[in-house]
Amino acid sequence: MLRFVRRPSRTAPRAAAVVIALLWPLAAWAHVQAGEAGGFLSGLSHPVSGLDHVMAMVAVGLWGAQLGMPAVWVLPVAFPLMMAIGGMLGLIGLPLPGVETGIAVSALVLGALVLGQIRLPLAAAVAVVAFFAVFHGHAHGTELQPGQNAMLYSLGFVVMTGTLHAVGIGIGLMHRWDFGRVILRGAGALVLAGGLYFLWGALA
Amino acid sequence: MSRARITAIIVVLLCATPSVAHAHLVNSGLGPFYDGALHLLLSPGDLLGLAAAALLAGLRGARASRLTVMVLPAAWLLAGAIGLNLPAAADPTWLGVLSFVVLGVLVAVDLNLVPGAVATLAGVFGAVHGLFNGSALAAIGAGPVSLVGIVVTALMVVLLVSASIVPLQAAWTRVAVRVAGSWVAAVGLLMLGWLWKGGA
Repeated sequence: MLRFVRRPSRTAPRAAAVVIALLWPLAAWAHVQAGEAGGFLSGLSHPVSGLDHVMAMVAVGLWGAQLGMPAVWVLPVAFPLMMAIGGMLGLIGLPLPGVETGIAVSALVLGALVLGQIRLPLAAAVAVVAFFAVFHGHAHGTELQPGQNAMLYSLGFVVMTGTLHAVGIGIGLMHRWDFGRVILRGAGALVLAGGLYFLWGALA
Repeated sequence: MSRARITAIIVVLLCATPSVAHAHLVNSGLGPFYDGALHLLLSPGDLLGLAAAALLAGLRGARASRLTVMVLPAAWLLAGAIGLNLPAAADPTWLGVLSFVVLGVLVAVDLNLVPGAVATLAGVFGAVHGLFNGSALAAIGAGPVSLVGIVVTALMVVLLVSASIVPLQAAWTRVAVRVAGSWVAAVGLLMLGWLWKGGA
């Protein structure tokens, strides 16, 4: 006669074996690519994540286009370099008082310069842009997500900053036409109004 | 304690056991030569420095570029061969970053250097990177073939970039190169800050 005997369940040991196989920690193969794509994309997206930054950086390009050669390229060269120095100051722990106020004032001043089509000597124009770039770098050049590659974050940050300047220069090319000059001054007024709004927010 | 609970504890303990981290070259699957080549192409710090050296050479003309194309890879290879026989150096990242900050600034200001000076700067850059590459390769058991892969790739990068810059005549194209140099320098300055902070 056939007898059915209840054997001990094998389900639990099998499940444990499967879990062990799936979750067994393999050796960590350390290499240089971890988080690199994220770091670059994070750096690219950071400058466009705040309207105050975007307005100020585009305004640098607009003003450069109004001033013509050589300011049209000297200003966008000076801005990223001084912004990087601002970021470096932030990273080494040097405090910069009134960073948000400085960023808002940068939009306000640059907007006013574009609105008024104000022509400063090249050295003075570079000094204005370089001064404000330090605030932008100090505030936003230092926000790296954990696990991301600092080199690629910095690269993305600088590339996007330069791209925003290029957008400003591209728009500023309409300066050669009468109607373009009016539109540029209108854009300056918009940046100035944005600067006032951000300044209100920073001081409130 | 039930058997299921004991099993669960064992599973958790096994899963939580740490293993050793093994640093290694990127595995291309095509052998050590291509592992070395891929390593360079995936190392943004090295690439930025190479690009800056090539931009500088390209801006200074054909003779400076020819000298750089010869001197930089040769210095990289010689120093790398020396590095293969040295113990692993301390973290040299800051030196590599500093080198491309200097090169980036020189490109941005378009300093009128003579070809010999450009080649000397490129040679120093190549020697520094080669030395640390060699010592790092030795530390992970990679041999001279990987070093040759790195050097040949460096040669190709410098050759292609500088050859693209030399024929540029229009003023705006030279301006674009100078802007690129300023970007390289800006990235380097930010990196120096990260290294200081210890977050890189």
